[in-house]
Amino acid sequence: MTPDLVGGLESPDYASHDRAAHEPYAPVFVGDVKRELDELLTRYPTRMAVLLPALWIVQRERGWVSEEGMVEVADLLELTPAYVKGVVTFYTMYHQHPVGKYFIQVCTTSPCGICGAEDVVKAFLRHTNAGELGLTSPDGRFTVIEVECLGACGFATPVMVNEEFIESVTPEKVPDLLARLA
Amino acid sequence: MGYPNQPHQRETPVLSRYFGDTEARSLAGWKKRGGYKALDKALGMAPADIVNVVKESGLRGRGGAGFPTGMKWSFMKPGDGKPHYLCCNADESEPGTFKDRELMRWTPHALVEGCAIGAYAIGAETAYVYIRGEFTEPLYWMEQAVKEAYGAGILGKNAMGTGKRIDVHVHKGAGAYICGEETALMESLEGRRGNPRIKPPFPAVSGVFGMPTTINNVETLIAAAPILMNGADWYKKMSLSNPKSTGTKLFSVCGNVQRPGTYEVVMGFPFKEFLYDLCGGPPHGRKFKAVIPGGASVPIQTVEEAEATLMDYEGFVAQGSMLGSGGVIVIDDGQSMVSVIARIARFFAHESCAQCTQCREGTAWTTKIMERIRDGQGTIEDLDTLLDIAEQMTGKTICVLSDSCAVPVVSGIKKFRGEFEALIQGRRFHPVIAAVA
Repeated sequence: MTPDLVGGLESPDYASHDRAAHEPYAPVFVGDVKRELDELLTRYPTRMAVLLPALWIVQRERGWVSEEGMVEVADLLELTPAYVKGVVTFYTMYHQHPVGKYFIQVCTTSPCGICGAEDVVKAFLRHTNAGELGLTSPDGRFTVIEVECLGACGFATPVMVNEEFIESVTPEKVPDLLARLA
Repeated sequence: MGYPNQPHQRETPVLSRYFGDTEARSLAGWKKRGGYKALDKALGMAPADIVNVVKESGLRGRGGAGFPTGMKWSFMKPGDGKPHYLCCNADESEPGTFKDRELMRWTPHALVEGCAIGAYAIGAETAYVYIRGEFTEPLYWMEQAVKEAYGAGILGKNAMGTGKRIDVHVHKGAGAYICGEETALMESLEGRRGNPRIKPPFPAVSGVFGMPTTINNVETLIAAAPILMNGADWYKKMSLSNPKSTGTKLFSVCGNVQRPGTYEVVMGFPFKEFLYDLCGGPPHGRKFKAVIPGGASVPIQTVEEAEATLMDYEGFVAQGSMLGSGGVIVIDDGQSMVSVIARIARFFAHESCAQCTQCREGTAWTTKIMERIRDGQGTIEDLDTLLDIAEQMTGKTICVLSDSCAVPVVSGIKKFRGEFEALIQGRRFHPVIAAVA
């Protein structure tokens, strides 16, 4: 796909967040988290099959999937780091950069689009101060992106804030919703 | 059951009976509602007999393709010495479709039961439920249900005390529409990029982990339990139209309609009554203009075609479309068809796995041209270019994502050409002004 079709998902300029990447890397899979991985390995006939679940764990623990995280997962699952990165970059839900404390995904695919999703996106951008899709607000709290079909079309417009799924969001509801997160 | 609306008397709630009933989510609540009786019965039957009952019932795949479920199950040859796998496709990502989400978040045990029955019927010990990563609520409830089922000995190495092993695992996707394609789902489950595989070999020969695999939609697997309990004849009789489409079907309705929600009706139900009576018709003062009846990748129907449709696999085809996944997107006269189709094209451009050239390039160029027309920058030649690209995108790729992008464009230009031409000739789209605000 051509870069200009990818909407806000590949916006540049993450420089302000890269500090975390230069701190020494502490392994994710120790203690209980390692045991969680070991349990997952019993569910599948291959180690590779645990790749997506393992990456989810990295993101849960660290907020994003860094290259060091990919290397750690690669070692544990006997894969190459390049292979792991290839998989990470295929899926849209793994953050390859740190994101705001609240990662806000607004569905704008056709069914929500015809119910006014664009206005919901605008309201989020205005009230979070995030400026542009894919960028994080100066206070580091909010990142807003457009997302393709969240699968709750009858509850237009659905919005995901981190792991929380919120149905039937309208532009008028946005300020209250953000105030609740504060 | 019309969820989140009141149930409508003309619905036939079989699978959706407990939508909105929070008690049905727990194991105790599910058992009180008759849960796991079907699994108990199934484990006392020979697998081949289960397959036969499902075959006789006429149940067809509810994910989109409509392949006969019993026949699919019968492709799994017993005694081949290989581990068999069942995959449940819960990657519901087709725009307009949200029925599986409701099934999983209200009746998670129904899916655990369906998976266990399906696994036993095809000789598998392991079933994977691949749920899209965005479905945090269904994921939560499914994980709870699986945990409860293991705790109660329903799943595990001695399932229901029968000595048979049945494992069900929930697997979380990570954001990719294409992983709803069956071979891409298997690739993803194996820990790879979700690129669809070339068929053959078909999954029943070489599926996930290279082993014989059956992959079924959530709604299909859940339907197996009531079929086993009530018999194939009961299911077969639930049809208002023809014997090729039997049972009930969940339709999720969204867009410009009074009462969006998930409705369950008998196959062959008149679409006109469905749209106006059950769903309440268009918003005040508006009129329906078009309907996309089976998720974004089926042909667009004009409202006249939709009103003449009987809701079953053959009925939608007879009126220029397909039943697909049952995701009904309703579009009223306040919308520009060009904008709607341009947005659908952008969806497919975003979701193309970029493996096949026709799809990678075709979806991107279709989007560019559609958006150019939408913005008043198009030329009349663009319409021919779009149709030409669409032809190059159809039937030439590993999976049907490419075709799915071409379909709304072709049907849109064919049925709403006037709107395209008006924009090209410099006339802005003027929505019909609503008579009543």
